[in-house]
Amino acid sequence: MRGNPMAKARKSPRQRQLAKCPTGIRGLDQITAGGLPSGRPSLVCGGPGTGKTLFGMEFLVRGAIAYDEPGVFISFEERIADLSANMASLGFELDRLIATQRICIDHIRIDKDEILETGDYSLDGLFIRLAAAIDSIQAKRVVLDTIEVLFGALTNVGILRAELHRLFAWLKDKGVTTIVTGERGEGSLTRQGLEEYVSDCVIVLDQRIIDQIATRRIRVVKYRGSMHGTNEYPFLIDSGGFLVLPITSIALDYPASKEFVPSGIAKLDAMLGGKGFFRGSTLMVSGAAGTGKSSLASQFVDAACRRGERCLYFAFEESPLQLSRNMTSIGIDLQRWVQRGLLRFFAARPATFGLEVHISMMVKQVEEFLPKVVVLDPVSSFESAGTRVDALAMLMRLIDRFKVHQISALLTSLSAGTEEAERSAAGVSSLIDGWILLRNLEQAGERTRALFVLKARGIGHSNQVRELIITERGLDLERIQMGPDGILVGSAREAQHLRDLAAVRLSRDDLKQRKELLARKRIALKAKIAELESDFAAQGQDIERVIQQEITKQAELRATWTTLIAQRERATHKRGTGVRGAK
Amino acid sequence: MTSPRKARIKASGRVSREDWDLRLYVAGQTPRSLAAIANLRQICDEHLGGEFRIQIIDLLVNPQLSRDDQIIAIPTLVRRLPVPIRKIIGDLSDTARTLVGLQLRNAAVAVSGPGKRKPIRTRRKES
Repeated sequence: MRGNPMAKARKSPRQRQLAKCPTGIRGLDQITAGGLPSGRPSLVCGGPGTGKTLFGMEFLVRGAIAYDEPGVFISFEERIADLSANMASLGFELDRLIATQRICIDHIRIDKDEILETGDYSLDGLFIRLAAAIDSIQAKRVVLDTIEVLFGALTNVGILRAELHRLFAWLKDKGVTTIVTGERGEGSLTRQGLEEYVSDCVIVLDQRIIDQIATRRIRVVKYRGSMHGTNEYPFLIDSGGFLVLPITSIALDYPASKEFVPSGIAKLDAMLGGKGFFRGSTLMVSGAAGTGKSSLASQFVDAACRRGERCLYFAFEESPLQLSRNMTSIGIDLQRWVQRGLLRFFAARPATFGLEVHISMMVKQVEEFLPKVVVLDPVSSFESAGTRVDALAMLMRLIDRFKVHQISALLTSLSAGTEEAERSAAGVSSLIDGWILLRNLEQAGERTRALFVLKARGIGHSNQVRELIITERGLDLERIQMGPDGILVGSAREAQHLRDLAAVRLSRDDLKQRKELLARKRIALKAKIAELESDFAAQGQDIERVIQQEITKQAELRATWTTLIAQRERATHKRGTGVRGAK
Repeated sequence: MTSPRKARIKASGRVSREDWDLRLYVAGQTPRSLAAIANLRQICDEHLGGEFRIQIIDLLVNPQLSRDDQIIAIPTLVRRLPVPIRKIIGDLSDTARTLVGLQLRNAAVAVSGPGKRKPIRTRRKES
């Protein structure tokens, strides 16, 4: 994320001419496309307490640690010990950096009461002192905080202005990257018109209080010869120093995964083409109170944990334990994922901090835990921590972060009523990739929940309304049936279901009867066949017997005949003896 | 001139704590520096009589010395003694203002200096 604009800056020939000095301040190098103009002075101005000194100091500390550029801090206001103590609270070990000659701090104390001007003079003393400090550690970075003190101490403004011009020209010749801090003035950037001398890069720090919540902002007013983000960006001063939060990275160039993430409800995935949402996409679940948003989110988290993915759950209305307990009633045990280290809750009331603190804490959590799935439940509550526009901007920045890290995010949004749902969430619509709307349906004295997939970027999704059913074993979807009186949900659907069952049973009984009839007929048929066969067998035997008798008779007859013939022949033979002679 | 030096010390035998300790910071021998030195000499000779000590410090030679007296402008005349410390910046061409800065003129008119010893000292010098 941070590397991208820099890489781009390097590629462009125009950018190559202007060398940049990375500040190392988180997020700032992104909006300045690489850092402050190298070897030139930059002006950082702002009202009291906006973090000018810290800005300068962090520039030096980061330079000394991360970029091997020693730095000189010339303090006109705070004493070295105070500075050191202040910075220690932000985790910067100034004393060590001073001891190792990475940073040189010089406190120039100017007491107006001691000074009287007579005649012509120059600020060579300051130059010499500065040169000595720079040379002592071969400094590449210089911070002057704040040189405006000179205007208070010296009355000869003509000399002072000429000398300041000379000072900045001299610093440029020295090739040190300088930050000059300046107090914000009425109607001008700085009270003393420092912008007149430092014209390459001007950064304004600001702290505003809107609805009792303070928000710090940073803006690059001017950056000669370089592109830069011109917006006001919120920033924070947290335990790690400055944190500038660009609303979006300058380029819309985050990766797009083709991998799918199941929603945890098989039938919802089926509505989304069978696979779920794309990894790294942002889903919004909006609906009125009690439509099952948190349940849906929990189911999503549960499914992700089952896949072994790390989940971060930002709860803004319920405590983690309360949420876990409530989810056990629908058969989702979130606590076990917490114990296995796959799920982390982060609960905070939206009104506790400003949006900026919220976003920083969230970004910090995300960067520490590196989750694959993030749930924000609900995002609508942020409107109470800032204005709608601010809340939207914050969401945009967060979603941008998620996308860059390829984190799938599920946001829930509470809407007042059905029609409000669409309207209140319309602002975020452009940010989100998938939008599931939950609605209460009231019919026949019964409230049921309907689920619509309003939008799913890049996924062919079902346009049908489903009924969301919350059971003891999680969430489920049912097709909504059309009955004679319109759609059937809840108990009406159940009734229809029973009627359907009865009809089925009826026809099943009928079938059974017919089958039995068939079986009976088959048995009857078989009996008949048997009877016929036995008849046949009986008759057959008779016939056989007759035939047999006939055969025997004929045989006997033949035998009789044979005997007779034989007797006859014998008789003829006897006669024949005599006869034969006659012959 | 190239190193801090005592310009001159006159009228020995006085108690040292009552001496005036002046430091003139310059940077190189610029016309402005030379003018400041000349103007200071003249003022001291005319108004301080003998009891003073001048150190002329060239910051080009000893830059680290600029820290001691918090020098930002050149030339700067620092009155280290008597207290309180006073700094007069510029080439000291305006003698009247320089005297006011050194609390010589003011003290002479209204004897209400911040220190106890000062009125005595100035009286002595004026006499």
